[in-house]
Amino acid sequence: MQRVILHTDMNNFYASVECVHRPDIRGCPVAVGGDEQLRHGIVLAKNDIAKAAGVRTGQALWQARERCPNLVTLKPNYPLYLRYAKFARQIYSGFTDKIEPFGLDEAWIDVSGDNGILVADQIRSRIKKELGVTASVGVSYNKIFAKLGSDIKKPDATTLISQKNFKLVAWPLPVEELLYVGRATKSKLNRFGISTIGELAAAPVLLLRNVFGKVGDVLHRFANGLDDSPVTRADEESLIKSIGNSTTTPRDLVCGEDVKIILFVLCESVCARMREHGFMCRTVAISVRDNELFCFERQTKLSRPSCVSAQIAHTAMRLFVREYGWQKPIRSLGVRCADLIPADSPMQTSLLCDEEGLRKQETLERTIDALRGRFGHFCIQRACVLADRSLGGLNPKGDHIIHPVGFFKDGTEQ
Amino acid sequence: MREMRYQNDNKVYVKVEALFLPDGRLKPVAFWWESGRRYGIDKVTEVCRAASLKAGGIGMRYTCMVCGRQTYLFYEEDRWFIERKRRQK
Repeated sequence: MQRVILHTDMNNFYASVECVHRPDIRGCPVAVGGDEQLRHGIVLAKNDIAKAAGVRTGQALWQARERCPNLVTLKPNYPLYLRYAKFARQIYSGFTDKIEPFGLDEAWIDVSGDNGILVADQIRSRIKKELGVTASVGVSYNKIFAKLGSDIKKPDATTLISQKNFKLVAWPLPVEELLYVGRATKSKLNRFGISTIGELAAAPVLLLRNVFGKVGDVLHRFANGLDDSPVTRADEESLIKSIGNSTTTPRDLVCGEDVKIILFVLCESVCARMREHGFMCRTVAISVRDNELFCFERQTKLSRPSCVSAQIAHTAMRLFVREYGWQKPIRSLGVRCADLIPADSPMQTSLLCDEEGLRKQETLERTIDALRGRFGHFCIQRACVLADRSLGGLNPKGDHIIHPVGFFKDGTEQ
Repeated sequence: MREMRYQNDNKVYVKVEALFLPDGRLKPVAFWWESGRRYGIDKVTEVCRAASLKAGGIGMRYTCMVCGRQTYLFYEEDRWFIERKRRQK
């Protein structure tokens, strides 16, 4: 039986939600952007009026204001957006339990056996009535073309890409419309004279494999509509390969003390999430971006698996000192724990290591997790992060509520 | 992180008297308007989730008959609101 897969995409999501809840700004150009004081000031979403005025997602807010002087800029209200995502899920679950969210505003829905267009239209109409926003829905026989379909007609439209019409509908589109073709892949493909999805589909798979490696095969399958990846139920725990957090700091970091504060803040968040998921890690990686946006990542192995933030922060700090020569001040730092193993895995103890001390540390940190769960993140803090409250006042675990998702769930970074 | 709540003139939060029925349903029986006057709800004709574009909000919408007229009463998260029929001067 041929699959029927929908991809729903709520249009201009953050900006649309804000316009529903704030009737006074409807009809104005609206952009939702991060906090400029914290140097997160880029456009995350904009409405159609702002788009027509030249505002683009990812633009700095000051640039957006230059383009559109009467732009209304708003801070994101994530809990509200989460509420919308939950309600949208409830609407989808009225049709099937095979729902795979892709970010807050998008989802794949497998309705095989049903009339896809009919279900898509019902979903759109319910989203409009119950949530006050519009959605575009792509209907197809695979996830890739369903997603492509939801981008074709906006807002509030259903687009069908079937096995009969995909050569007519999908193939003339620019190649960058395809999932997994970003800026770098696009320019490489362009160099080989490939600028549409149809040209990508017709390109020899050997050539694509030579240029892109394994991804070449994937792109070939995507363009030819041969993707057969299933719609994963959201409640099926995806395999987590690494857990990480990064932050653009409120001010540039200029010395080791600044870096230490941020590394401790990030490690606490990462380790708390590792403990939450029942993991320990064997590899610690740091990513550094300087104020001219040059960035690199370095990693090191731990002598024994751990989920203790003090140990991981010290390892990250040693790695940083070894790898960074302070050519420039730092704008952004990240910590990632990889090589995860279940926390209850049997472990080789060592005579040279203070096993009892580590066990105590872990117990202490689990107690801190419990305290923070009950009384809030800032009820207990390390003395070192209090040295500079503008840096130490971050709560990556609580603030970073929307984790990026990847298409390939077996490589998902949580 | 707490949800930011927005206020506007068309969204009137009201005090509501409601019954929790044994089957789990929630049934509003009366509300108090800004003036302090209590209005009894004669009948609830429909309950569904809906957006209020006029007042700016989403929630469970109770279509109520009050003094022979139809009124929408919204239950949004933990508060009840009514759309203002006419803007206050």
